[in-house]
Amino acid sequence: MSEPRTPPRFSATFDPAAIAEIQRAAATGIYDIRGGGTKRKLPHFDDLLFLGASISRYPLEGYREKCGTDVILGSRHAKKPLHLKIPVTIAGMSFGALSGPAKEALGRGATLMGTSTTTGDGGMTSEERGHSSLLVYQILPSRYGMNPDDLRKADAIEVVVGQGAKPGGGGMLLGQKISPRVAAMRTLPEGIDQRSACRHPDWTGPDDLEIKIEELREITDWQKPIYVKVGASRPYYDTALAVKSGADVVVLDGMQGGTAATQEVFIENVGIPILAAIRPAVVALQELGMHRKVQLIVSGGIRTGADVAKAMALGADAVAIGTAALIALGDNDPRWEKDYQKLGTTAGAYDDWHEGRDPAGITTQDPKLAARLDPEKAGRRLANYLSVLTLEAQTIARACGKSHLHNLEPEDLVALTVEAAAMAKVPLAGTDWIPGKF
Amino acid sequence: MRELNAALHALTDDSNQTLWLVRNPGGKHAIAAGLDAPVTIEVEGPVGYYCAGMNKQGTVIVHGNAGTGVAENMMSGEVWIKGDASQSAGATGRGGLLVIEGNASARCGISMKGIDIVVKGDIGAMSAFMAQAGNLVVLGGAGENLGDSIYEARLFVRGPVKSLGADCVEKELTPDDHRILKDVLARAGINGEAKPGDFRLYGSARTLYHFHVDNAGSY
Repeated sequence: MSEPRTPPRFSATFDPAAIAEIQRAAATGIYDIRGGGTKRKLPHFDDLLFLGASISRYPLEGYREKCGTDVILGSRHAKKPLHLKIPVTIAGMSFGALSGPAKEALGRGATLMGTSTTTGDGGMTSEERGHSSLLVYQILPSRYGMNPDDLRKADAIEVVVGQGAKPGGGGMLLGQKISPRVAAMRTLPEGIDQRSACRHPDWTGPDDLEIKIEELREITDWQKPIYVKVGASRPYYDTALAVKSGADVVVLDGMQGGTAATQEVFIENVGIPILAAIRPAVVALQELGMHRKVQLIVSGGIRTGADVAKAMALGADAVAIGTAALIALGDNDPRWEKDYQKLGTTAGAYDDWHEGRDPAGITTQDPKLAARLDPEKAGRRLANYLSVLTLEAQTIARACGKSHLHNLEPEDLVALTVEAAAMAKVPLAGTDWIPGKF
Repeated sequence: MRELNAALHALTDDSNQTLWLVRNPGGKHAIAAGLDAPVTIEVEGPVGYYCAGMNKQGTVIVHGNAGTGVAENMMSGEVWIKGDASQSAGATGRGGLLVIEGNASARCGISMKGIDIVVKGDIGAMSAFMAQAGNLVVLGGAGENLGDSIYEARLFVRGPVKSLGADCVEKELTPDDHRILKDVLARAGINGEAKPGDFRLYGSARTLYHFHVDNAGSY
């Protein structure tokens, strides 16, 4: 009979994932690059609950009484603000990172629901302009494909300072995805690993940004709303500076926001969760007397109508979705499980979007793979999903007695954890305690 | 400014209002930005940021100095600065010709994408950073880190270069380069003042085109 032995025990610090990464790094000498957003567990909207109506609050009848969902973006300066039917927009994702059919599908789905989609680092394609009734044109540090004709064709302009997955980081698109069309749009040789700058080439700091925004307004004759997008890191100051710079809309992207290709270490360790970012941004707007005058769009980890409602209750005017939109199109669909396994992964975990071998045909420039995505059907799926998000948010709003999603307020929320209570500045459930509030 | 730019944007290709004078510009920003007509704008004095930004077809002549980002993202046409230009002159320009008769500050030609830029004086540090395409011709010298992370742009410099940036190297002028330089000089009205043989050519070593751990020291 053998001696009793202590069973194998994994370290909480050097867990199997940490050990595997050390081994991978030692074997290759290079950091890991992947797509998507952070995968670590973070304080999030799941840590908040709605209180619902009670004796002191009067609910609205579901399926009967109206609960408005529309939102106007860009009313501060633009002659032609955007009027969206739902407060869920499609975040910027580039042609290059995504296939042409995927961009078309995003446009189709958004248009069916009366909302906007957004270009990305790589310029405007005919597919997305042609199929998006409302298109936001991003101005990024690389200025790939940038031209005044597309600027004027856009319905709004978004100056991208940063994104949630990598605040302070530039972009990368590896050679596998630099097809002849992508290369031509970006004025780059085919097949090279392409870097996008992290700083804008012609402005530095908020004073310059104000002048840059003035130039964009002059070029477009003050017609278009101008957004400023920042990755969530210092949301109070960034929001205040964006307002000072003349933004019509501030887009705030939490660290759960996705990327087409970024270093894992960057994705997981830079920036803050969207839950922690919304209230400081709203406070900045309120202090400047600009809440609801300069609209706030938040993004990063929006999955359900509950997330939409919670973001809006915290003070956002609208939300943006990226990863969830790709999943709605067909990303990580189990129908491609065999192909995922060939790539050494599984449906639900696939994140090597930078490699251009996406079995679902979304994050690729391979014509055969891209042809797997039917843009009409995928667009329909996205519209369905947007519809569900909206219905879910309305369900919650009615339960809280609100006749418009914008009437949701922090007083409708409580937190399940001390951390979430401190970040969202709502009471811990069952108490009147907001950590940090005196 | 809004009225001026709106009037300029209303011009069509067949407009007979082909010469415009802007007096006392007072360093205002975005003068003649977004122009898209074959007309000439003469500005009598200094301009602020982004003069002639995203210009298409137009000719803009500034009798004075220019602020940051003159002719940024220019698509076509010509911009002439009779004085000095501040930072990021011709940034991300995709076409056309920018001539700076004085000096240009840092980041001249940053991320240029097809524009031709001629500077009769010197250029500042980090010029042609991530320059993708087009030609930067400098009759004077260049500051530190010229052409850092350059792609396929050509940098012709007659004077001394303080230092080259990552992946930027001196190259031999081929007959094609010679012809291109001669053409750019001629378009800039420089016919005897400088000859192609006076210039040295800098461009990409292309070692950073594919991310590789062996190049980590250069990043």
